Amino acid sequence: MQIIQTDVVIIGGGGAGLRAAIAAAEADPECRIALLSKVYPMRSHTVAAEGGAAAVTLPEDSLEQHFQDTVAGSDWLADQDVVDYFVSHAYQELVQLERWGCPWSRKADGTVQVRRFGGMKTERTWFAADKTGFHILHTLFQTSLKYPNIQRFDEFFVLDLLVAEQQVAGVLAMQLSTGELFHIQAKSVVLATGGAGRVFHYNTNGGIVTGDGMALAYRHGVALRDMEFVQYHPTGLPGSGILITEACRGESGVLLNKDGYRYLQDYGLGPETPLGQPENKCMELGPRDKLSQAFWHEQQKGRTGDYQGHAVVYLDLRHLGCDKLNERLPFICDLAKSYVNVDPQHQLIPIRPAVHYTMGGIQTDVQCHTAIQGLYAAGECASVGLHGANRLGSNSLTELLVFGKVAGMEAARHARQSRAVPEAALKAQCQEQLQQLQARFGERQKDTVAGLRREMTMAMEQGCGIYRDAAGMQQCLDTLQALKQRYQQLKVGDRSKVFNYELLQHYELGFGLDVAEAMCASALARRESRGSHQRLDAGMNSRNDSDYLQHSLASYQADGSARISYQQVNITKSAPAARLYGAAQSKEA
Amino acid sequence: MEKTLSIVRYNPELDSQPHSQSYQVPVDNSTSVLDALLYIQEQLDPTLAFRWSCRMAICGSCSVMVNGIPKLGCKTFLRDYGDEVLLEPLAHFATEKDLVPDINVFLQHLQQVKPYLINPEQSEQPHKQSPQQLAKYRKFANCINCGLCYSACPQFGLNPEFLGPAALTLAQRYNLDSRDQGKAERMPELNGKNGVWGCTFVGFCSDVCPKHLDPAAAVNQGKVASATDFVISMFKP
Repeated sequence: MQIIQTDVVIIGGGGAGLRAAIAAAEADPECRIALLSKVYPMRSHTVAAEGGAAAVTLPEDSLEQHFQDTVAGSDWLADQDVVDYFVSHAYQELVQLERWGCPWSRKADGTVQVRRFGGMKTERTWFAADKTGFHILHTLFQTSLKYPNIQRFDEFFVLDLLVAEQQVAGVLAMQLSTGELFHIQAKSVVLATGGAGRVFHYNTNGGIVTGDGMALAYRHGVALRDMEFVQYHPTGLPGSGILITEACRGESGVLLNKDGYRYLQDYGLGPETPLGQPENKCMELGPRDKLSQAFWHEQQKGRTGDYQGHAVVYLDLRHLGCDKLNERLPFICDLAKSYVNVDPQHQLIPIRPAVHYTMGGIQTDVQCHTAIQGLYAAGECASVGLHGANRLGSNSLTELLVFGKVAGMEAARHARQSRAVPEAALKAQCQEQLQQLQARFGERQKDTVAGLRREMTMAMEQGCGIYRDAAGMQQCLDTLQALKQRYQQLKVGDRSKVFNYELLQHYELGFGLDVAEAMCASALARRESRGSHQRLDAGMNSRNDSDYLQHSLASYQADGSARISYQQVNITKSAPAARLYGAAQSKEA
Repeated sequence: MEKTLSIVRYNPELDSQPHSQSYQVPVDNSTSVLDALLYIQEQLDPTLAFRWSCRMAICGSCSVMVNGIPKLGCKTFLRDYGDEVLLEPLAHFATEKDLVPDINVFLQHLQQVKPYLINPEQSEQPHKQSPQQLAKYRKFANCINCGLCYSACPQFGLNPEFLGPAALTLAQRYNLDSRDQGKAERMPELNGKNGVWGCTFVGFCSDVCPKHLDPAAAVNQGKVASATDFVISMFKP
């Protein structure tokens, strides 16, 4: 086992991890930063974000309005001090990206262009065509190359956090190209490992989005917060789940059912807006939870179409014309052509909701601190309290930057002030991990990693979908617990050291099972409907503020299902009210 | 229907040299090379090693040789091929295992060209940049670092020190950016013996680029810049 000493370890090389690394490097040029990622940083899933990043930009916009949109979008489950911090630091972070070279789309006068996005009252979404995440990720990655104190460990997979006396002391990681173990000693550790969308079967996420960091923290006693809130993006491609950006609708695309009818007007989002004249917070520019729920209702009513066995509705971009499609949505045109053989200039794109984003995650405060000293989390893996029960599109790319920076600075500050935990305290933990690693190998039996994973993802799809009920969730929870039992017996047949993907996926499945169980247990315990968590059970199909205006906290129990408790939501200035979209919000305004 | 995938496999812990192994995979009109690889790994042989993630042609992980041509596995469809398809690891890179190439040399080349905005001005406001100025470099900013162009480049095949299409394209991307002032810092590397002049303008890099960003054009624009740089340097004291 190799031993490496550093100051700050960052796990994850996506947007949040890279932003944290740069922040730590700038905060303290003496700080040694180890950036670990299970893939090369530019493969991280930030790369697939398309639509844009939100920040108050136009003179007619205000921080207050971005705050209100985010809080209402969250169904009042966002922590309002966090939202305040976020909206007031958003603009400077997008400017920082611009100063680092991000190729933001521009207006004719050379200023930054903003576009409409769902649930946002005013145009405030910065974009780089329809590959915003790609450009943010590559800008951050390339910028990170400037800093000699950032040392990358590409294709390193973290097996465990090393923790002694409630203080983090580093990580135990495996170099995938050699199978060699590395004990990386550090004073601060930042988790920036992304979401867990791959615990569902149909999702927009890359194969790497397996919830690793959430499970690492969870097993060390850090609560996973608000895990029942899983975002279904309304427009994924059928079958693959490939993301078709909300920017399509921001640019005036409309949704049609199989009869060519703009069905969103039947679900509190109308009246129908004229083609080519989208209105903020109306119809197709409603929030994601409501749009995905509308699809479910259309499906119940038999008004969805069929694409190779998948129920679908249709995204119509034809009226945008060739030039606008090429300028604003070139990637979407390419994806539609390649993966469903549709030319959006002339044909409708079949789409359906697919799991997209994990609103919940590792519980942190507004400074990205977790319950373990020296351990921080940022980005999709974290629950800093920004998204509540439903995230607004284009808030998460900005979140990576705003809170990635906070986490990096806090980690560097903490590393300066604290002393390393004595190595002896960690030896036993390393030994135990080594034994657990060895125990994974053995003769393959009937169960396989791929087989168990499929059972897990199908169970989550069936039990924790857009609409949920107690019986379905209980069945899902039972299935997950049975899968966890079988997982204990599941062996890795491949004993090779170099790029042993069977072993890697075995670890990922274990992480995923824990995260999935936290999601399902949290969902079962929340006996109300709020944001993306919608229940069909009698008496639970509306919001219940008197009992559930609270964050859920799932705590790991080694021998049983997650224990669920609750935490007060921080409400500073916006009292819970009805969420209004379509005509209702226009009247209000 | 089914097709036969013949995959060149290599496990450095067991094999003295690569060998080929065949798998039967079910295919329909939408089956990509990556779908077929995932089928094999999930259903037939969990020891098969290959990289992948986004499966939507943006992360750049799943590069592989398909019938001798460098391709993104997720954007290459078996419908376009015959009953037997040969998959090999990317050419011109060392192979770590099966279809996993060692691309560290590529990452080093990226780093060598200083691929970041160099501009000492500090401001809390964005630069102005017109759509025309953006259009000058935007295409070259679309590189996904998949490495296909390195497998296509005969020069890189002969001389791994050659910076290669993607790194030279990235240098050109920043050199063309109206916000950048770092061209002078990049030129020595671009003018050096492993810089733009190593390119013999075969142009295969542009043929295989899955994002159509024409690295050959970027490299040869770089030659013009490099020549101009040389002429200017002759007249400067």
